[in-house]
Amino acid sequence: MAGPMVLAEAVHKSYGRLEVLRGIDLEVAPREVMCIVGPSGSGKSTFLRCINHLEKIDAGRLSVDGELVGYREHDGKIYELREREVCRKRAEIGMVFQRFNLFPHMTALGNVVEAPTRVKGEPRAVAEERGRALLARVGLADKVDVYPNQLSGGQQQRVAIARALAMQPKLMLFDEPTSALDPELVGDVLDVMRGLAQDGMTMVVVTHEMGFAREVGDSLVFMDGGVIVESGNPREVLANPQHERTRAFLSKVL
Amino acid sequence: MTVGSDGISGPAGRAAGAGVRPEAIRAIPLRHPWRWVAAVVVLAAAVALVYTFASAPDLKWDAVGQYLFFPRIEEAILVTLELTVLAMVIGIALGVLLAVMRLSVNPVVSTVSWFYIWFFRGTPVLVQIFFWYNIATILPFIRLGIPFTHLQWVGQTNNIVSPFLAAVLGLGLNEAAYMSEVVRAGIISVDHGQTEAAQALGMTRVRVMRRIVLPQAMRVIIPPTGNETISMLKTSSLASIATVAELFYIQEEISNSNFRIVELLIVASIWYLVMTSILTFGQYYVERYFARGSARQLPMTPLQRFRRMLLRSHVAPPLVTADPSAASSITPHSR
Repeated sequence: MAGPMVLAEAVHKSYGRLEVLRGIDLEVAPREVMCIVGPSGSGKSTFLRCINHLEKIDAGRLSVDGELVGYREHDGKIYELREREVCRKRAEIGMVFQRFNLFPHMTALGNVVEAPTRVKGEPRAVAEERGRALLARVGLADKVDVYPNQLSGGQQQRVAIARALAMQPKLMLFDEPTSALDPELVGDVLDVMRGLAQDGMTMVVVTHEMGFAREVGDSLVFMDGGVIVESGNPREVLANPQHERTRAFLSKVL
Repeated sequence: MTVGSDGISGPAGRAAGAGVRPEAIRAIPLRHPWRWVAAVVVLAAAVALVYTFASAPDLKWDAVGQYLFFPRIEEAILVTLELTVLAMVIGIALGVLLAVMRLSVNPVVSTVSWFYIWFFRGTPVLVQIFFWYNIATILPFIRLGIPFTHLQWVGQTNNIVSPFLAAVLGLGLNEAAYMSEVVRAGIISVDHGQTEAAQALGMTRVRVMRRIVLPQAMRVIIPPTGNETISMLKTSSLASIATVAELFYIQEEISNSNFRIVELLIVASIWYLVMTSILTFGQYYVERYFARGSARQLPMTPLQRFRRMLLRSHVAPPLVTADPSAASSITPHSR
């Protein structure tokens, strides 16, 4: 039995005097889909960004697939990792952003093959073939040569997912992937994510889509004020929240 | 409109409900009498100005024509172009380096860049050219060697730093300070989300800069760089102080012997104008190239605009809508 894909123990993070994360403990098993919900400013996006070291944690331990994030432990001491090592680990974790962040000067296919060819050194032909397959998988086979600004938000986000998948990650992080989309475009993106979950991808999803959390999520975490207030099976937490704060939040969003 | 959809009332209701495209509006155009007044005034002033110079008794226009294609002037134009190109190559290359250094997380590196910009932007370029020109008076020899060994190379400064090189160094090193600020502005203008997305894919900082940030920064960098190049073309005339045989130096040399000072200044000005005009034209196309992916539709080239104008005068549609055939030929992915 493999260990957890993500393991957080008492993770703390501050910006100056503002404590954003005040002790996060959680565990994500391989093939698990974990949804993190909570009001804005609760620290959920910050925690997600800590997992691939876009943010540094101040205290606690955070590891992905059994290895510390951003550090190396040797003889009881913790050493900061070199940039190259941090990059190598990030390459194994896919991330999808709220604002897509596609590279506007590259076509959809260009976006998808950039990292496999430049970071992993894959031959262009191989990367392009997989890139085309991935774009087809997210329903954009006909948009291969189109620049991002000619795509709708939903299409851009699906290209962004294909771009992350092109690195063949073992973990996918989603930071409010549908929050910047028109309501009618949300469905396509969620469909792609649902398909990914069915294929056994380990996913951590920060979201406001309670329907998605209930239907696709294996676990649900409710965060507020930098701590985990409540967690468990999504259907149970959503139907029968134990904590007062969870109840208040859910009554507003459901 | 308060009228119901059944078209009970007047003609407006009937047209709205019918679903046919109404006839194009044929309004009587607004008159603009002040445009005509302004045009007449400007034309009169222009005629007066041209007449004053054309009829100046001691201005010999045939001398202007005679010297315009004088072989020495033509050679000088080439020197001016060489100076401009070399100085800009140094300026841009070093400018990009300085800008990246300035934004580096390494405090030593960013401080070095700060001091460079502070020094070279803070002293007149004329002084800098003259300094390099006279460097041999304080450092007669240049020694390059590996410390604590006998390996060394010695050269006479006068032989190495020619007047031309002194001018290129003076102009180029000064330009680098300005270019670095141009490049830095471009880099800062790129959304930080781009860097994050690239880092999340496992790219190193250097690669993020080269592949993701700089190409996008180009769109912001190109217009002021064109500006700098045009400016450099004219600033290169300062190389005359280092006795470089560029356009300004040669025209002065000629007028010193024949005393046709203004005539030769006109010759030089004509050539400077021709060269800057060509650069302006080139800049337009470079900008267009780097607008790929940022504008949905690229701006038309002057040629395309001219063709469109001819076309329109024949067909004369009432509304200027983008016709699809012209639009498709200029979308970014037509290559």
